[in-house]
Amino acid sequence: MTDSTDFAELTSLARRGRWHVLQTVSASGAGHVGGPMSAMDLLIALFFRVMAVRPEEPHWPDRDRFIMSKGHAAIGLYTAMALRGFFPVEELKTFDKGNSRLQGHPDMTKLPGVETSTGSLGMGLSVGLGFAIGAQRKGLGFQTFVLIGDGELQEGMIWEALHVAPRYQVANLTAILDWNGLQQFGWLHEAGATGRGDRRDPWFGVDLPAVLRGLGWRVVEINGHDFGEIIPALQSTKARDRIGQPTIILARTVKGKGLSFTEGKFEWHAKVAGSNELEIARRELEIEEVAK
Amino acid sequence: MKALRDVFGDTLSELARQNPSIVVLDADLANSTKADKFAQAHPDRFLEMGIAEQNMVGTAVGMATLGFVPWLSSFTIFFTHRALDPVRMLVAQTHANVKIGAAYSGLLTGYTGKTHQDVEDLAIMRAMPGMTVLAPADEFECAAMIRWATEYVGPVYLRLTRDPGPAVFGPDYHFVPGSVHQLHEGSDLLMISTGTQSPRCVEAAQELKKEGISAAVLHVPTIKPVQPRDLLSFCEKFDLVFTVEEHSRLGGLGGLVTEILSEHSPRRVVRLGLQDEWGESAPNDFLLDKYRLSARRVAEQIVSKRKQIR
Repeated sequence: MTDSTDFAELTSLARRGRWHVLQTVSASGAGHVGGPMSAMDLLIALFFRVMAVRPEEPHWPDRDRFIMSKGHAAIGLYTAMALRGFFPVEELKTFDKGNSRLQGHPDMTKLPGVETSTGSLGMGLSVGLGFAIGAQRKGLGFQTFVLIGDGELQEGMIWEALHVAPRYQVANLTAILDWNGLQQFGWLHEAGATGRGDRRDPWFGVDLPAVLRGLGWRVVEINGHDFGEIIPALQSTKARDRIGQPTIILARTVKGKGLSFTEGKFEWHAKVAGSNELEIARRELEIEEVAK
Repeated sequence: MKALRDVFGDTLSELARQNPSIVVLDADLANSTKADKFAQAHPDRFLEMGIAEQNMVGTAVGMATLGFVPWLSSFTIFFTHRALDPVRMLVAQTHANVKIGAAYSGLLTGYTGKTHQDVEDLAIMRAMPGMTVLAPADEFECAAMIRWATEYVGPVYLRLTRDPGPAVFGPDYHFVPGSVHQLHEGSDLLMISTGTQSPRCVEAAQELKKEGISAAVLHVPTIKPVQPRDLLSFCEKFDLVFTVEEHSRLGGLGGLVTEILSEHSPRRVVRLGLQDEWGESAPNDFLLDKYRLSARRVAEQIVSKRKQIR
């Protein structure tokens, strides 16, 4: 398989993923769209090409670990897991409906394959650090991936983890920043300024790569929608010695990526698509059948 | 007479010799919490996490998932206030096997003032579903609880105090979660207490005896989960019940006892403890006197309340 045919398959999976996100949130009447859309290519790459996982055996001890630290993007995680076979795609319909394993924010006590519960922002990287330290001490070779949001990165607890992790030489820990440049409400652009979104990037004016390098992280910058950059960057973190610098991948993304009416719009952080929007989405994502 | 913080460091050091899963994570206070004893005994299993309590809690949760039994070392306030969010979401909501060694609880924190005096922790922690909340009375009970909590699978909050106090149990003490202990017999009234306030209540009962009042003392070491039956069978012998705690009168032991009695066996309960107020920097004797928790002050309040009620 050449890279181009492989990427075509991944692109198609990501389109289906985005469709399920929009449709599931619409059917539930509530949920987040923009964040799951910006992270979808990263999620598809992780679950289909990078992480060693066994969907039929979610507690397999040697599996790579994934933490969706920005827990409000739960539907993105559920979609990637369903497409990968952790549970039937059909079960996405239960999202947020009561007695469901698919809670509004990921709950490890309900859904096997969710490695830790998240929702209150800024906590996932610390748990990932615990996985990484624990794995080193037990001689386990798995990699821990933690997806964090650029909005979430404003939480103080993340900076505690960013400061401490390099001291433990956890090369088996990879943070991925879904740097989509928008948050739920955020700041207005300064006069005349433009960006990837209709509001200001929370890290506007901050040299984030330099800050993170200064803290002791290996920093890799990629386009978070280009599988040709995503996959080598993620795989490079698994190929390294287990002991050494942890890696943070700064993935430039677009909030609401994939649909003309959601891209770069802060209000699509959490918004429910109506029937017209679903119809447009179906065409733009080239979804042939409308799942009921 | 051994301080609970010393028991913490010593007992974990001893247990870790047999149990390879025990690790201690510290937020830069090991030489206050006495986790430094563990650091000395087991340097490879002591993780210094810096002045970053929230991250320490999260890291412990990750390690617990892999089979470690992490004990956390910091001051009470930093668990129940600063790191409360990760304690709630990552520890309690996932029922993580993390043990919180909450040092320097209550008023007697060594001249720190109100910033470091936690008089709300029991109220906060006992409102959290799935959390076990323990408050030992003395060195023997503390050691027994640490042994129990290390074997138990699930989150435990252990309320430790800073300074040495009198023992009410002996070296053969065996901890059973939910059990209650009569420390002093009496027939006129009942004092219910917890933690290191319980020995002071025994002294208060002795003071009351001099005045011809026969006071029983019941020690409740498990704030959660509580077994109402044992508590009720004790209370039913008394028309007048006092709760006494080195904690706010709101929501802690007094809250627990009034909730149970009002529902199952209503009777008068007088709650002694801090009023809705903060503490201050001062020597222990001053604090116990001013905030009405010394044996003498507890006895005085009981005498005066009894007069009022009659």
